[in-house]
Amino acid sequence: MTPSFDVVIIGGGQAGGEVAAGLRARRYSGSVLLVTDEEHLPYSRPPLSKAYLRGLVSADDLLLRPARFYAEHDITVRTSARVVSLDPDAGALVLDDGERVAWKKVVLATGGRPRRLPETVLPPSDNVHYVRTLADVDRLRATRIDGASFVVVGGGYVGLEIASVLARLGARITLVEAADRLLARVTSPVMSEYFLRLHRSEGVDVRVSTSVRSFRRSSEGRVVEVEVDDGSVISTDEVLVGIGMIPNTELAEAAGIAVDNGIVVDRYGRTRADGVYAIGDVANVVDAGAPGRRLESMPNAAAHARVVADHIVGTALPHTDAPWFWSDQYDLKLQAAGTFQGADEVVVRGDPATTSVCALYLADGLLRGVDAIGRPVDYAAARKILNRGGRIDPDTLAEGRPLAAL
Amino acid sequence: MPDIIFEQPDGSRRIVSASTGRSVMKAATEALVDGIIGECGGDLSCATCHVFVDEQWAAALPPRGSDEEQMLAVTSEEPTDNSRLCCQVVVTDDLDGLVLHVPETQR
Repeated sequence: MTPSFDVVIIGGGQAGGEVAAGLRARRYSGSVLLVTDEEHLPYSRPPLSKAYLRGLVSADDLLLRPARFYAEHDITVRTSARVVSLDPDAGALVLDDGERVAWKKVVLATGGRPRRLPETVLPPSDNVHYVRTLADVDRLRATRIDGASFVVVGGGYVGLEIASVLARLGARITLVEAADRLLARVTSPVMSEYFLRLHRSEGVDVRVSTSVRSFRRSSEGRVVEVEVDDGSVISTDEVLVGIGMIPNTELAEAAGIAVDNGIVVDRYGRTRADGVYAIGDVANVVDAGAPGRRLESMPNAAAHARVVADHIVGTALPHTDAPWFWSDQYDLKLQAAGTFQGADEVVVRGDPATTSVCALYLADGLLRGVDAIGRPVDYAAARKILNRGGRIDPDTLAEGRPLAAL
Repeated sequence: MPDIIFEQPDGSRRIVSASTGRSVMKAATEALVDGIIGECGGDLSCATCHVFVDEQWAAALPPRGSDEEQMLAVTSEEPTDNSRLCCQVVVTDDLDGLVLHVPETQR
């Protein structure tokens, strides 16, 4: 007999884990199955490049909910199980052990996988690291770090956060970024400059506008040297590559579900296939008339999970808050919300030469985004204004005045 | 296992049996207590685990850390002297019976 569930959640990351818990928090009484291809129950990803890499918390500490939670709330979990095909018309899916499962609703929370350099450029090697999962960070932690040299390819949040931890653990780091500034896709030049100076002050050799030309490997297959495009050669013990992530859309695509920079969904997380939702890193939210948006962040995954849990229990509450984010590097916490894209004005409060600075991004006089370090009051005020449409009172932008809405 | 009591704005109460050594926020979210979100998982990055410690228990808790003080500025409800971000409150046996008031909003 084919096992059948009211809701099947595919993926055990933040989004998948939160939608399962969210359904029960809303007193949903239907049957729920969560399938994850990892061996772990759903766990929190942000600490992987922070406290977990530092050895301050255990894998158990990362679990979104302890094991007993799932039994107590009647959520069936299958770990180390991969869905190999999805049939929206039949309301069924097939697992990699051949088992067929019927569903009334399915939530695709398949996340993403690290973008990899082509194997012709960098074949898999013992000392090459891509970081996405707990297993990846365990592998990184198993290497010698103190006194070892690392080349980090990529100046995005993953590369910078890991570089922060490794540098404080005694590694010698060269970080190369192909764009002309760090975090080029996600923040403003003033913040890029801030992080460049921060990392250099901690001894990281940061090279922007620098691409890798080739990797030289030893006869044992370990990378020993990295040649960059200005001709210089960097000897190294380990290589870490953080160049973005690719959404895991293959299952949806094979099932005939629209995919375009992720699985296409509406503001309620619905694909056009009946009963099929997609959430988190894999989901591209295309709201009527607007260009799509796919965000890779934990708060985004949690927000999507809330929207879909609400929708499944019968409340249609689209998520309207501005996206927000944080990043921990060295002793600092960056708090970010909204976006820098499209800004025609940047207002800086505090002092970029200190640990108290805030950049506000405006477009046509409306607040569109904020990046803040050590200024939680500015950050909170800016978030409130962003969440209410961005109508900031320009007279409050000046230093020393609390930010306020019009 | 000590009992932590969560009181909702409407006066209703949930008693949660909590494991010592873990945060009150984790105990609350695992028990699906309404109104405690803990969106960032205890990272002091979201201020959505805000609670008001009952006056009778105010002196029983260790003081707020400076990072917690900073993040309390970000809560959706105005913080008071008795406000805590409960991801920073560790459950101990002498907190058996602790009463925490859940705010109207967290976001």
